[in-house]
Amino acid sequence: MNILMAGTGGQGIILASDILAEVMMLYGCDVKKSEIHGMAQRGGSVMSHVRYSKEVYSPIIPLEECDILLSFEELETARYVDYLNKKSTVIINRCRVSPPSVIAGKDTYPDVTPFIKQKTGKIHFVNGNDVAGELDNPRGVNIILLGVLSTLLEPEESLWVEVLTDMLKDKIRAVNIEGFLNGRAVQLK
Amino acid sequence: MNKILSGNEAIARGALEAGVSLAAAYPGTPSTEVLETIANQYSRIHAEWTPNEKVALEVAAGGSYAGVRSLAVMKHVGVNVAADPLMTLPYTLIRGGLVLVSADDPELFSSQNEQDNRHYARFAKIPMLEPVSSQEAKDFTIRAFKISEEFETPVLLRTTTRISHSQGVVELAEPVKQCDASLERHPAELVMLPANARRRHPLIEKRMIKLKEYSNTCGLNIMEIKDTSLGIISAGVAYQYAREAFPEASFLKLGMPYPLPDDMIREFAGKVDDLWIVEELDPFIEEQVKALGIKCRGKDRLSMCGELSPDKVKSAISNQECSSAAQIELPGRPPSMCPGCPHRGMLYALKRNKCFICGDIGCYTLGFLPPLDAIDTTLCMGAGINHAHGMSKAFGAGKEKIVAVIGDSTFFHSGITGLLNLAYNDGAAVIVILDNRTTAMTGSQNHPGTGITLEGQATIDVDIETLVKALGIQWVAKVNPYEIKATRKKVKEALESEGPAVIISESPCVLLKSRNVSGRVLRVDSEKCTGCNVCIGLGCPALELRQEKAFINDLCVGCGLCSELCPADAIGGDI
Repeated sequence: MNILMAGTGGQGIILASDILAEVMMLYGCDVKKSEIHGMAQRGGSVMSHVRYSKEVYSPIIPLEECDILLSFEELETARYVDYLNKKSTVIINRCRVSPPSVIAGKDTYPDVTPFIKQKTGKIHFVNGNDVAGELDNPRGVNIILLGVLSTLLEPEESLWVEVLTDMLKDKIRAVNIEGFLNGRAVQLK
Repeated sequence: MNKILSGNEAIARGALEAGVSLAAAYPGTPSTEVLETIANQYSRIHAEWTPNEKVALEVAAGGSYAGVRSLAVMKHVGVNVAADPLMTLPYTLIRGGLVLVSADDPELFSSQNEQDNRHYARFAKIPMLEPVSSQEAKDFTIRAFKISEEFETPVLLRTTTRISHSQGVVELAEPVKQCDASLERHPAELVMLPANARRRHPLIEKRMIKLKEYSNTCGLNIMEIKDTSLGIISAGVAYQYAREAFPEASFLKLGMPYPLPDDMIREFAGKVDDLWIVEELDPFIEEQVKALGIKCRGKDRLSMCGELSPDKVKSAISNQECSSAAQIELPGRPPSMCPGCPHRGMLYALKRNKCFICGDIGCYTLGFLPPLDAIDTTLCMGAGINHAHGMSKAFGAGKEKIVAVIGDSTFFHSGITGLLNLAYNDGAAVIVILDNRTTAMTGSQNHPGTGITLEGQATIDVDIETLVKALGIQWVAKVNPYEIKATRKKVKEALESEGPAVIISESPCVLLKSRNVSGRVLRVDSEKCTGCNVCIGLGCPALELRQEKAFINDLCVGCGLCSELCPADAIGGDI
């Protein structure tokens, strides 16, 4: 199984993919995860490859072999279309972070949906902020999206909650577990 | 017990399990997390940030001379800095195991070049191990210490970004006991003057012959025979890519790619029809295999530049183009200096004074990007001061406005000697030390100016002004880079001064708790804004142009730079 998470620096992708990797290890799989640190933290694109099965070789997903692309930001989704095939599922968070050229008025923010549709029809939009609703936890959208993703994967809710309980710091634990469960309750359209 | 660890975390764990006592490093992507993990989790190991990599390797060698297992960790270009001790260490008596971790950066995710440090193993005549996974990163760290002690040699453990920063499942084991330090004198083996070094050199050559035998039999190099129509020799993450691309092929996986296991290579080559060498960067293995008289292929199809991937390996060997969708042009997200970064005001002031700005290695290198366009050279750690001195000597004093910028951590790393030279040789350049009280680019590590060690102990806090004066610089000024007008004035004074001048631009990194900003978002009064774009010229990610007026988004931390610059006085709020 190949899962790609995409977004921008500061959206909490690394933590979300850490949790996914931990869950899959405890579920009994060999897991590999790869992302790029360093300069990507300074406002750049962030992607995380998570792969699991009986035995995983490459830490990065080969082109056209991504099963699920979980995108935290609309434009970033389009950067990874080469990883998609016609069976790939794409979950896109309704969130737009303007890149510098858009901020400077040189580019317009593109509509990426038609482009992704050329690869796969299985596209689902989720509004993480709406799901967050009254939780008052603006930085918790990553865990909400992880909740949405979790409905497509085999492990049971209890294992996810166990890992979240273990990996999240005291201050943010309860509100994020609630966010995760709200995300899990989202019906993908 | 199993745990998911990055390659770097696994090396740290390996150091613990191997009974390492001492670890030293200078931070550098992709190597930084090794020492951070040791300091945060394995307190029985003494871990320290050193001012540079040469110091780190020499400190680790000291540990080894005292009989304890010692580790030095650095990024690939750091080994260049440590190359001086590295070349002679194999001549000396290694008592406690000594392992040097070199984390290379193919694809230049966060580096100024993509040199292939496997050449250092051959250059220094030391054995090299190369893990393909986090599990091997841990296991090979332990193994490297055993080899180091058995053969009395430093060992190079080479990773790449994809190994250091990828995570995988690792089986943990119990740590062994650390050795006690013991004082022994071996002057003939430790004092490298010509007479002694001349006697030691033949021992290195004999050692390499023994290590070649070892490489054939040690179990680190493994033959996996399946379909023999295609045989692949590979190491590191490239092995994983090749396995992914050709799961049915036969493999010779090299966990110890130097010295190469010649006998195994000959045997493997004899078993397969078509032999390929799959390696990132240079044809390090390929050229040595060809030198054995064995026909093989590799770099005629695989690029020497950048990372490989399963797809690139597949397309090279099967001679088919990578499948690729028609790409739309997407706006990029180049890394930029953070909103409120104190470097921005200083670089802006230098640019407005029409300076030629010699840059250095750090966040401020990003000042190269438009709209600041404020960095004119960047080569390696500490080079900017010397560029500026050389350039201003070439022109003659006062002819051109030549300036160098260097961060505090980079200054301690290798700027001090350059500044000493500037003072000694009657230079005229203006040097700006961007003192943000941290090693920001690699994620805020402490250094000799922060007053805290890697292990969190209170320590000295070097006063840069005193140090600069002690080096012989007489014109020294301090500025707060958020006060843009005062900063510009001070830059002008420095440029007009006779002889070398140093400006210390003092304000903590905006990612530190001690930052010098309000943290509250400023607002533009759109009635007053004339759309003149002066603020946009700062290149701050918090400033946008909307309907031809400036707009401040939620990324703003209230540094106030734009407010001070705004000619229409349209930006206000809590500064």
